[in-house]
Amino acid sequence: MKELLLILVPLGAAAGAALWPDNRSRPWFLPAAGLAHVLLAFGLLAGGAEAPFHPWLGYDALARAVLPAVSLLFLACAAYGVPYLRLRAERPNRVFVAGLLAALGLMSAAHMARHLGLLWIAAEAVTLCSVPLLHFNNTPRAYEATWKYLLVGGTGIALSLLGSFCLGYASLHGGGAGDLTFAALMAQGAGLSRPWVLIAWVLLLAGYGTKMGLAPMHTWKPDAYGEAPGIVGAMLAGGVTTVAFIALLRVRAVVSAAGAGPVADRTLLAIGLFSVLVAALFLLSTRDFKRMLAYSSVEHMGILSLGAALGGAGLWAAFFHVWNNSMTKGALFLSAGNIRRAAGGRTLDEVSGMAAVTPRSAALFMAGLLAVTACPPFGPFFSELLILKSAFTTGQPGAAGVLLACLLLAFCGLTRVVFAILNGRPRRGARQADSRFRETLAVIVPPAVLLLLALGLGLATPQFLRESWTAAVSQLVSTP
Amino acid sequence: MDGLNLLVGLAMGLNLVALGSSRLPSLIQVAAVQGVVLGVMPLVMEPDFRWMAVLIAVATMAMKGLVIPALLRRAMRTANIDRDLNPLIGFVPSLLVGAAGMIAAVLLTRQLPLLPEHQESLLAPGALASVFTGLLLLVGRSKAISQVCGYLILENGIYLFGLLLIHSTPLLVEGGILLDLTVAVFVIGIIVDRIQRAFDSLDTRKLTVLRE
Repeated sequence: MKELLLILVPLGAAAGAALWPDNRSRPWFLPAAGLAHVLLAFGLLAGGAEAPFHPWLGYDALARAVLPAVSLLFLACAAYGVPYLRLRAERPNRVFVAGLLAALGLMSAAHMARHLGLLWIAAEAVTLCSVPLLHFNNTPRAYEATWKYLLVGGTGIALSLLGSFCLGYASLHGGGAGDLTFAALMAQGAGLSRPWVLIAWVLLLAGYGTKMGLAPMHTWKPDAYGEAPGIVGAMLAGGVTTVAFIALLRVRAVVSAAGAGPVADRTLLAIGLFSVLVAALFLLSTRDFKRMLAYSSVEHMGILSLGAALGGAGLWAAFFHVWNNSMTKGALFLSAGNIRRAAGGRTLDEVSGMAAVTPRSAALFMAGLLAVTACPPFGPFFSELLILKSAFTTGQPGAAGVLLACLLLAFCGLTRVVFAILNGRPRRGARQADSRFRETLAVIVPPAVLLLLALGLGLATPQFLRESWTAAVSQLVSTP
Repeated sequence: MDGLNLLVGLAMGLNLVALGSSRLPSLIQVAAVQGVVLGVMPLVMEPDFRWMAVLIAVATMAMKGLVIPALLRRAMRTANIDRDLNPLIGFVPSLLVGAAGMIAAVLLTRQLPLLPEHQESLLAPGALASVFTGLLLLVGRSKAISQVCGYLILENGIYLFGLLLIHSTPLLVEGGILLDLTVAVFVIGIIVDRIQRAFDSLDTRKLTVLRE
């Protein structure tokens, strides 16, 4: 029953923020709800596994394995949001704060959804909540990005609904009652009508893959991440993508219970490698450091999909990587937000020498670059190493080779952009662009904490997290 | 079953009308009429009277037939446009492709394993044809309003498929889905309005600042 609070606390805070009259004090709703959510998520994780409170919804092993990461990321973004919104005091933030909080509540609901229809409703609602967050800057470019997000994302969502119906029909055609809880679908297993399961898998992979940002459905990502405020980019890259990944994992478990597991794994492997490749190639050519983060996100979604394709050990590594991805992406987006604000531009043609202008953010951005390109001893190094290892042990050396080559290309692309921005002589436009911006502790500590968490995950992965990932893997794989 | 097939056939015919119409008001009108036709279907399918089903039918008809078209018409008037003059795929070609897609949908559903009670129904081919029409409009038209209409028709196709499951899915879920879709279109409508103000145009081909 307590797990319902994970959904209700943020939604209640969203309602409170929507009614709160004062623009200056309203952003404090964000860290307050974020802190409560973190305490709840970790408290329930420490409290040990209980039976899900309802067949449709519950803080089950899968939700336990990843929701705390999203929760931590949100808290960091919320803490950053307070000084950020103070800088943008001229703009009403009622819709922004309420939307962000509602997105957190709905993300919790989507992580905990054990029913195909409920999962779709929550995931779709997260997308809709993030629309007003994307165009917070109110520029024509922001509207263009929002339009693409809506059109591509909306089509993806429509396809995943069609896929959900097809999976329901697979159950109906197989003689089932059309019960759409994942437990019932997995129990029906081989009784599901195979052609309909395959159709459903393709549609759901396309639909939730769009939300996750797997290539070739990633086209909305660079625009949205490039135009959205830093905290929104961080939540999209570290939270919303995780929702879609968990959705795919739940569906994949049903597909493999129906006896089509190898097909699902092959498609996940192919789409994962393709995403990594596309991201690596675009990283080599992009000249905008916020769009660069979007392509890096596509790369990491590809790695997740690859890990999920490689069976138990790969899946475990994928959960590890979800945590690493959330922490490092958060640190990168928040420090990039600082640099962007001080520089007044985003492309290599406009920005250079930021190491002199914003030394602390530059150092964080640099460290974040090392983390995201999987340099030891940051967490991503270990999770990617585990994924590579399981690729070799499951007889996929080719996939491992492609992944390694792409990681190298991505490393070159990322370092190219980051060094060009940090080194050299500061442009004259910097500083004057936003003279109010100072590197105060409030905008430095949140990304620094996220980076330290990424480091800590690599150096000493906590035992309770390891156990939660093992439990999540056995929830997905054990059922025959 | 015959009454239902008649309605699905009507919806499929409206798809072709939508593909062939160059004037935006008539496109919006087609989407609205299709929405109302879809709203009637659950009532035809349910032999006995259920309050929840009636509620959902009325809500569908009101949203798809009145509210959303009104929103789109308002956006169209403020933008002062009437026609989709330069579609990416011309009207005659898209009509031909749409007709071919409809035939393909019928042939394709013949290959799919369907339950005996759905063998004679047009719901599955109608759903596929509408999804295809919607995607064609999304890709082939250049004005934001026509693309929204395409999205509406795409959703209508999915709704048709959902009717195959009407006896097994709880109406609560259907209601949630309907609500989400409605809000989605509503949000799209608002963004269309903002784009019009920001760019002074609803031609999505002008949205080209962001590209690699």
